[in-house]
Amino acid sequence: MSELKPRKAPETIDETLDLLSGADYVADRALATVLFLSLRMKRPLFLEGEAGVGKTEIAKVLAQSLGRRLIRLQCYEGLDVSSAVYEWNYAAQMIEIRMEEAAGKVDRQAMEKNVFSERYLIRRPVLDALTGKEGAAPVFLIDELDRSDEAFEAFLLEILSDFQVTVPELGTIKAEEPPIVIITTNRTREIHDALKRRCLYHWVDYPDAARELEIVRRKVPEANKRLSAEVVSFIQKLRRLELFKVPGVAETIDWAGALTELDKVALDPATVSDTIGVLLKYQDDIARIEQGEGRRILKEVKAELSAAAE
Amino acid sequence: MAVAPLTSASPDGRIADNIVYFARTLRKAGMRVGPASVKDAIEAVLAAGIGSRDDFYWTLHAVLVSRHEDHATFDEAFRLFWKSRELLEKLLAMFSPVAPDNRERQKPRAAESRVADALFEGHRKHQPLQEIPEIEMDARLTVSGTELLRGKDFAQMTAAELADAKQAISRLSLPFDMVRTRRYRADPAGRRIDPRAMMRLASRTGGAVILPRFRSPRELHPPLVVLADISGSMSQYTRIFLHFLHALTEKRRRVHTFVFGTRLTNLTRQMRHRDPDEALAEASSVVKDWSGGTRIGDTLAEFNRLWSRRVLGQGAVVLLITDGLERDDTAGLSQEMERLQKSCRRLIWLNPLLRFDGFEARARGVRAMLPHVDEFRAVHNLNALSDLSASLDRPLSRDVDPRLWLEPRAA
Repeated sequence: MSELKPRKAPETIDETLDLLSGADYVADRALATVLFLSLRMKRPLFLEGEAGVGKTEIAKVLAQSLGRRLIRLQCYEGLDVSSAVYEWNYAAQMIEIRMEEAAGKVDRQAMEKNVFSERYLIRRPVLDALTGKEGAAPVFLIDELDRSDEAFEAFLLEILSDFQVTVPELGTIKAEEPPIVIITTNRTREIHDALKRRCLYHWVDYPDAARELEIVRRKVPEANKRLSAEVVSFIQKLRRLELFKVPGVAETIDWAGALTELDKVALDPATVSDTIGVLLKYQDDIARIEQGEGRRILKEVKAELSAAAE
Repeated sequence: MAVAPLTSASPDGRIADNIVYFARTLRKAGMRVGPASVKDAIEAVLAAGIGSRDDFYWTLHAVLVSRHEDHATFDEAFRLFWKSRELLEKLLAMFSPVAPDNRERQKPRAAESRVADALFEGHRKHQPLQEIPEIEMDARLTVSGTELLRGKDFAQMTAAELADAKQAISRLSLPFDMVRTRRYRADPAGRRIDPRAMMRLASRTGGAVILPRFRSPRELHPPLVVLADISGSMSQYTRIFLHFLHALTEKRRRVHTFVFGTRLTNLTRQMRHRDPDEALAEASSVVKDWSGGTRIGDTLAEFNRLWSRRVLGQGAVVLLITDGLERDDTAGLSQEMERLQKSCRRLIWLNPLLRFDGFEARARGVRAMLPHVDEFRAVHNLNALSDLSASLDRPLSRDVDPRLWLEPRAA
């Protein structure tokens, strides 16, 4: 792993905005404000939004631009203490016991101390996140919290309010400096109010056309200017339809990238229909777009862009 | 840094006062804003050292809003409360490091009265709507074509009914009602080794003996999502199944309640009220389409699009209570049912119309829906809640197979 040079957290909202855009994350002022507050007040940031709007990316960008370590905890149903916080290395512990026995030691206290020492402790993400040094606290990303079950959520309450973990055999481990916590959820389940109350909440929405165009410009720099404008305009219109799953920013970037790879400089009906699988992932939605709505939108896009160019 | 001059600029703590008032306004508008978040809001405003109306807006938003649904309420309240531009500008000036405003001290009452105005305006706005007199109409087996919006008043639940309901629910066991989780519990008869417990035990004896310990996966009720029809043709049962839903919500974790007639309403939060009468009163004020027409296809489409991904996770069982009498075209209905069935673990259709012995799946809506349900259950005599749970309780047998109803029946 390369050496990290921790930087200080930004002092104003404008600095936060610069920090993000320096790392090619085009954020709106609302997001910069809540991010700044979360860094300033040392509160976890709770990001909710549809899939593919760049929630996880915020944590990555933050870690990268602040020069902090990124610790990621991917949540899933049944996530428990032994895979989220710590686990003992049982096999090694058993060998230790046998070794001590073979050496003829019988002191119970000493053995217990040896067996339950840091040496046999396997650190999982939560424990890892609590070991940040002063001024270099890691970014702790708790990804897709809605996938975990309520029991884990209740456990998180304790971590997020005190930033400490108790390992019964070892004692309490407390963070020197609390980590920068970012929680993301896709809303496949409501998260309990008690947890939300400890965090700063932000709903990450789809970007507006100008911001999305800027995102495409930065993420797919080789894309043709006209193509990017058409792509963004097409997707913005697509989002206004009542589709089962509208494309997110991730899909916009993918699509712009895919079309650039195909050496396209502008959209045409055949290309849209060939590459629609990059944007829409449900058969019903695809069928709807192919049945003419796609053509209609494309026509509108072309008309608007040529009107704007004049 | 913009934060420094603040302590000198706000000896009378007017910002704090205003934020407290603002929070109170939000609370009146139905948002959940506790004292802790008010304290946080003040801290946040101090930390951000606001420079513009926009920053101030988002600073308060970050702390006071904790649900996406509340965004609109916040937005409206913010506009109303801080509508006096002068007030906000004055507050902003107090934050400004260059111009600590002294004028502001000469007329504190003016600002306060404006705030009070904003407060009362908000208050008036949220007064309960006038009750609409109820017109009772028995519309069984009819499908009304117009969207009727009307209120509904439920008779209070008697103590006997309450006890009855609780008992019925506690006896109720839905089929396929347990899912295995990836968590474990200690179990002497389990089939998996529990190394953590073994080490703990071994250290008790100083490691002399390491005895095996076992565990097995824990089982849980999956989330239950209820979609109940409250249209005119179902109106005489509405009270019973609302009681049922309330008792169910109290008894089990993770119950989501939706009702639909011509539109879809989420009643989950209302049903969480401990008192059944209060819960029903709240439900009655939220739902606008009691005893109106039915648009099963449209409302299911709305459910699929907006809610299915939010509530159908983790192996949810869907309980659909409707008579299946669809007003609109049934082409979309079949598709939406298919999607619903494919996004949940089990789809159970409970149909009160089945109490008539001669029921046949002739209505177009019923025929469109039947192929896409896992179970089709009848309520033969829906006069009390116990009948409802009895019908859900019955073990899986051949007569719940939906295909049975699609085949032409031998007389």
